Amino acid sequence: MNGVRNASLRVLLLIASLAVWEGAVRALRVPAFILPPPSQVGAALYRGSVSGIYLQHLWITLAETLLGFLLGSVVAFVVGTAIAASPRTEYFLYPYIVMFQSMPKVALAPLVVVWFGLGLTSKVVSAALISFFPLLVNTIAGLRSADEDRVDLMRSLAASELQIFRMLRLPSALPFIMAGLEVAMVFSLVGAIVAEFVGAEAGLGMLIQSRNFSMDVAGEFAILFILAVLGLLLNAALVSVRRRVLFWDPSQKAALNSASLRGGP
Amino acid sequence: MARSADVIHVKGLRKEYGTARGTVLALDGIDFTVGEGEFVAIVGPSGCGKSTLLKILAGLLPATRGEVNLRSVPITGPRRDIGVVFQSPVLFPWRTVLDNVLLPVDVQRLGREDNRSRALGLLALVGLSGFEHRYPWELSGGMQQRVAITRGLIHNPAMLLMDEPFGALDAMTRESLNLELQRIWLECRETVVFITHSIAEAVFLADRVLIMTPRPGQIVEEVAVAIPRPRSLDLLAAPEFGGIVRRIRAHFSSKGIEA
Repeated sequence: MNGVRNASLRVLLLIASLAVWEGAVRALRVPAFILPPPSQVGAALYRGSVSGIYLQHLWITLAETLLGFLLGSVVAFVVGTAIAASPRTEYFLYPYIVMFQSMPKVALAPLVVVWFGLGLTSKVVSAALISFFPLLVNTIAGLRSADEDRVDLMRSLAASELQIFRMLRLPSALPFIMAGLEVAMVFSLVGAIVAEFVGAEAGLGMLIQSRNFSMDVAGEFAILFILAVLGLLLNAALVSVRRRVLFWDPSQKAALNSASLRGGP
Repeated sequence: MARSADVIHVKGLRKEYGTARGTVLALDGIDFTVGEGEFVAIVGPSGCGKSTLLKILAGLLPATRGEVNLRSVPITGPRRDIGVVFQSPVLFPWRTVLDNVLLPVDVQRLGREDNRSRALGLLALVGLSGFEHRYPWELSGGMQQRVAITRGLIHNPAMLLMDEPFGALDAMTRESLNLELQRIWLECRETVVFITHSIAEAVFLADRVLIMTPRPGQIVEEVAVAIPRPRSLDLLAAPEFGGIVRRIRAHFSSKGIEA
């Protein structure tokens, strides 16, 4: 396969599909509030970028997403560690976890907004709730994945349980934890946007809804484009962290190919 | 053998496993001693309980009855003065070769700085100079097992337990590692208990070979190997060597065991 040729084919295909979109919308006289042509989306993207309105709301959504991701991940890691370390904890927490897991977490967003208000807090909590599970499950599985021979080796050296955790179980869990974090990041963004839909004073989700009410569909598409780019950048940041942390993991090549195809809720 | 300098004393050792269909007797009436700086091999077919014996010696499994003393102190659990080399190298892929060797030093807080030069010296002894900062997955299987041997020696244990350390390697690598191990042992004169299912390997390496037969695991005879060291691979074809091997094999063939 020729890399340069494929790359240019890719770009050509993108341009061609945009051209077909533009041509079809114009030829069939589709109203702009149903499907705007890409030229209008581009114009909306340009206007908003110049006025700074996107950036202003982007920072808010980004802060909500990252704080929610941080909160959800820390709690998931702590709870996951407690469960992996003791079957007793698992026994008592298991019913709640199963119930919570089978519930669509986005359904909690209205309640969260009632409890935590229209500001930043409710978005952070919503993002944390949704991103909590993938990391919880992966932390438990990862901490339990340590090779038995390696555990025996540590035991034979008279290592304490804490040392076995720190020197063996935690590093062994890292491939699972990194995969969990990547999913959690995507979920956090979903949680923040959903909570903004329910009730917010600022953020890209709020902006989408207000444009929807004013039938500015081209403006909505512009924001969707920004959100897609944001999701890509957040994922790319985690992938580069993973490459650095998991340089020793033989499954990295395979994981790199599958990670980009994982979907969100 | 100089019995006064015995490091390991095993007396009346018995191990039973509870299973769903009742208890299984894995080891019974195991008695032996190992002298200071002695290389003892335990040879037996798979399933004869030799790995169980090694786990008891390592303090990883409790014995049902009997006692195991290392330097006159009973082994009741894992101890800091035991080194173990397992069948697979069991290296940590996120640690460099040097850091893998220093794992016992980290666990037992013996001081990295004090042991760094010792680790480098041992790595040189096993022929891995220049590989300190490589990662295990950059090494061949034989090199990985040499790292594991170095790790087993770093904390200067009272005994080194080796559980079929070359069993997973191809025949040629295995022979060269047997030569290597002999060379290393001649340098450090560690007390070694070496478990294997290869009679030739046991005779080649050991001062004394303990013969183990299964169901229940028992030591039926011990054979002294009075062949001077260093032993070369040519020895494998020598009549004195063949005589000892035949004598050991007779124990297994009389019981209908392939070994």
